[in-house]
Amino acid sequence: MPGAIYAEGLVKTFGDVRALDGVDLDVPEGTVLGLLGPNGAGKTTAVRCLTTLLRPDSGRAVVAGIDVVRNPDAVRRSVGLSGQFAAVDEYLTGRENLQMVGQLYQMKAKAAKARAGELLEQFHLAGAGDRPAKTYSGGMRRRLDLAAALVVSPPVMFMDEPTTGLDPRNRQQLWEVIKQLVSGGTTLLLTTQYLEEADHLAHDIAVVDHGRVIARGTSDQLKARTGGERVEVVVHEREHLTTASEVLHGFGKGEVALDEHIRRLTVPVTGGAKLLAEVIRELDSRGIEIDDIGLRRPTLDDVFLSLTGHVAEEETAEGAEDTSAEGGSGTDSARSTRRKEATK
Amino acid sequence: MSAATDTAGSAVPLRPGSAIGQSVRDSLVVAKRNLIRMARIPEMLIFGLIQPIMFVVLFTYVFGGSIQVGSSTSTQAYREFLMAGIFAQTVTFATAGAGAGIADDMHKGLIDRFRSLPMARGAVLTGRTLADLVQSALTLIVLAVVAVLVGWRTHENFGKVLAAFGLLLLLGYAFSWIGALIGLSVRTPEAATSGGLIWLFPLTFISNAFVDANQMPTFLRHIAEWNPFSANVQACRELFGNLPPGFQASDAWPMQHPVWASLMWSVLIIVVFRTLAVRKYRSATA
Repeated sequence: MPGAIYAEGLVKTFGDVRALDGVDLDVPEGTVLGLLGPNGAGKTTAVRCLTTLLRPDSGRAVVAGIDVVRNPDAVRRSVGLSGQFAAVDEYLTGRENLQMVGQLYQMKAKAAKARAGELLEQFHLAGAGDRPAKTYSGGMRRRLDLAAALVVSPPVMFMDEPTTGLDPRNRQQLWEVIKQLVSGGTTLLLTTQYLEEADHLAHDIAVVDHGRVIARGTSDQLKARTGGERVEVVVHEREHLTTASEVLHGFGKGEVALDEHIRRLTVPVTGGAKLLAEVIRELDSRGIEIDDIGLRRPTLDDVFLSLTGHVAEEETAEGAEDTSAEGGSGTDSARSTRRKEATK
Repeated sequence: MSAATDTAGSAVPLRPGSAIGQSVRDSLVVAKRNLIRMARIPEMLIFGLIQPIMFVVLFTYVFGGSIQVGSSTSTQAYREFLMAGIFAQTVTFATAGAGAGIADDMHKGLIDRFRSLPMARGAVLTGRTLADLVQSALTLIVLAVVAVLVGWRTHENFGKVLAAFGLLLLLGYAFSWIGALIGLSVRTPEAATSGGLIWLFPLTFISNAFVDANQMPTFLRHIAEWNPFSANVQACRELFGNLPPGFQASDAWPMQHPVWASLMWSVLIIVVFRTLAVRKYRSATA
């Protein structure tokens, strides 16, 4: 039984660019998949194919049990789309926007109006509901955009970089909203460039690069691939490095790495926080003064680096070009520029 | 917040009805959205009025006494001759408005939003062109008042005058579909505005709108006579009773049957460009 979102061998090319190069996805009902990758990796193209905005060149996609290519209209009735490219009308008020979207989802005018009111309340926009969206802050606009995708409470949601360009506070707020949404049973596919975001919101993560899924698993599984946890110690005095190294060697499961310049020692361990406490006691009993100590688990940044051989952020400049190729007409890059301006 | 817990997905009261009914309703929803925008950005309407008003005033007073129409060089004869031309030119400028509006929607991601909704395919464009039709009607009303103030008069019954305005609006509606196609084909609203305007100048000037086409060189005269724009202008002049004294309509079929010619041209443009624009919309990738 395939999941609420299922894709098999999706391919989409734009000229010479293979934006999707055989993508397979399977998102079980009621779970969240984080599609993680740098700009231009093909995340947006994947979402556009799954939401019927683009027709894949080959491959099969089934959303909410409906074939995307064969029955796009039925898919549209079952999905909500929010984020990077699905916008709201800035000259309409929040209420008018939601009501319009409701009516275009084929709700009756009266029902659409009532639903708009409910959503404004839920998304803390009631006070601003009768102001043109133009006057909204970046965070409010994103909330309105998200509300518009939820007008008919679709069983499957797609969010394309929902928090790109938001400040940390607004990002936190939006995360809360998304978590509540998911706790209600909605299946969600979320794309993000923020490793932290995928870690925070997604049950499963698929790492995409150059139009392919290069790794998948839970955040923990991916981190485990990169190597397990390790203890990192920064000692105060340079002459304590040798003693400290001996102590760590005793607790560790491998070579102790030494960075003399910043007086830092790192060793792979198993045993977690309990072990860390023992290490601290031992160092203390030997009179070694510590500037910093901690149990480090690999971040998704480490995961990305070990999987792709390059850091996620490094691709941004090149990615901007790729993104415009994705859109097929170059307006995507213009749009992302506009988004950046809008969020300033 | 219970957005998710309330799984109203299927419980939402959906509107019943046929595909055509849905198409009409969706178009009206989108038209309403565009009309709300128009009311909130009144500058657009006002700037859209300044140019034709300027043309009315400039042509009336600057060229008024020096252009011969029919056998007359009287200022009044030219004034009455001119207005149909300016009205027609004004409604064709709706092309640029529709084009820029749709290009802007593409640029801002609204077309993506619409395309992700289970709505009738042509409704976004139909809604836009309907809103432009309302704008053209408002513009024409103001312009007609200005025309009367500078001395324009009609000499036929009210029904015919109304019919002339109907033909004008139909032409404007047809041209807004050309604009829709342009808007979907370009990358920026700016390109849509200039792309929507440049070709309108030769189209409206190589016509009978501002001068008597009979006085043009043969080659241009033939173009002018078969120009869809000329048929409309000629039809309006007849229906307004604004043909100048001593005016000899050319033998070309559209000039002999301008009302029919204008109707046919407009319908043809709508059929062709609506088909092309809706097809383009279906595959539109912003």
